[in-house]
Amino acid sequence: MWRWLHPYAKGEASYRLLGKMLPWFSVLAVIGVVVGVGWGLAFAPPDYQQGDSYRIIFIHVPAALYSMGSFTGMAIVALIALVWQIRTAEWSINAIAPVGAVMTAISLFTGAVWGKPMWGTWWEWDARLTSQLILLFLYIGVIALYHAFEDKRTGAKAAAILSLVGVVNVPIIHYSVYWWNTLHQTSTITKFAKPSMPMSMATPLYIALFGFAMLTAALICWRLRNEILKQELHRPWVQQELLGDNAAQTEGQ
Amino acid sequence: MIPRRKKRLGWTLGLVFGVAASLGLILYAMSEQVDLFYTPSQVHDGLGADKVKPVVGQRLRIGGMVVEGSVQRNPQTLEVSFRVTDTGPEVTILYQGILPDLFREGQGIVAQGVMIEPLVLEATEVLAKHDEEYMPPELAEQMKGIKHVNPNSNEAYNQDGGSP
Repeated sequence: MWRWLHPYAKGEASYRLLGKMLPWFSVLAVIGVVVGVGWGLAFAPPDYQQGDSYRIIFIHVPAALYSMGSFTGMAIVALIALVWQIRTAEWSINAIAPVGAVMTAISLFTGAVWGKPMWGTWWEWDARLTSQLILLFLYIGVIALYHAFEDKRTGAKAAAILSLVGVVNVPIIHYSVYWWNTLHQTSTITKFAKPSMPMSMATPLYIALFGFAMLTAALICWRLRNEILKQELHRPWVQQELLGDNAAQTEGQ
Repeated sequence: MIPRRKKRLGWTLGLVFGVAASLGLILYAMSEQVDLFYTPSQVHDGLGADKVKPVVGQRLRIGGMVVEGSVQRNPQTLEVSFRVTDTGPEVTILYQGILPDLFREGQGIVAQGVMIEPLVLEATEVLAKHDEEYMPPELAEQMKGIKHVNPNSNEAYNQDGGSP
């Protein structure tokens, strides 16, 4: 496995692999998000108690799930960056963090908009809402630490340590609704039992979940490709990649 | 794996498990403080090993199910009173103001306010709590015999007590 993975420690190999995956992720993301969210918002039946207000679930749940998923992924690359000190892993931290932060912000905002008419309040300091807010601050902290040092590698190391320490918050967010009394309801679909919703509502939600997964992956691929180009700008392969064959010819003359 | 990496892996995993263990102990120690609300049973029987009961004048939140048929409104004002329960004991809630859309008999709610008698809370805020069940109105009618009423239609206002 190591022999198979090792080429991707180099920027060029990673850049080409990401370039191959990016169009697939992008197309599937557009299809998944448009079909899943469109079906959910316009065609799924209303809820017996909440009416149409429940439709925020088709954005809220995918955003919340991948805010936690992105953080877990970031912690894994942070571990690789700290132990194996592979530079592409360090850049991945910076590629993932802003995407996850935006997902966290979307989940907090949609939750507040839904909470006002349903619960009667925008915000309540219950365990689920508070731990999700801490996740947003952790993301902001990781981004800030990454850029806080003159030396990029020192910054990446500091951000990696915060990612690893902060990942402890992810299971707390997930289990907060089971461990304590909270205003937030317990999980509808991310549990091992049968989902607490009929297929007419669950199907668009699963499609939206798939679409958001592809969207998150596409954004991270895109950011990581840019980061690789930026970091390796002085390498000959980047000049060849960006300027095409013309540059190679001019140099040859 | 070369020894230098092994050492770094050890340090890193040690850090993560150390933080997880200490945070786990902190959260375990304050488990009762992290709860958003107390249940009517906890208010009635007392909390924890010492059976600490709330005293009159104490501010707290109580969460439970609204007892069917317990909602009484004053037709002239916004005053409303109802009882909440979880597994047996009931606590009476007095409230003046607009209740959230999801407030119904049989629904979970969280009320924040001041205890004015051992089992009576004068609430300053009533929040509706939603469960994780979602279903279309037709299915709810079949399964639970619940007639769906759009909260924005005139029908909802003609119903007495806001029962579903």
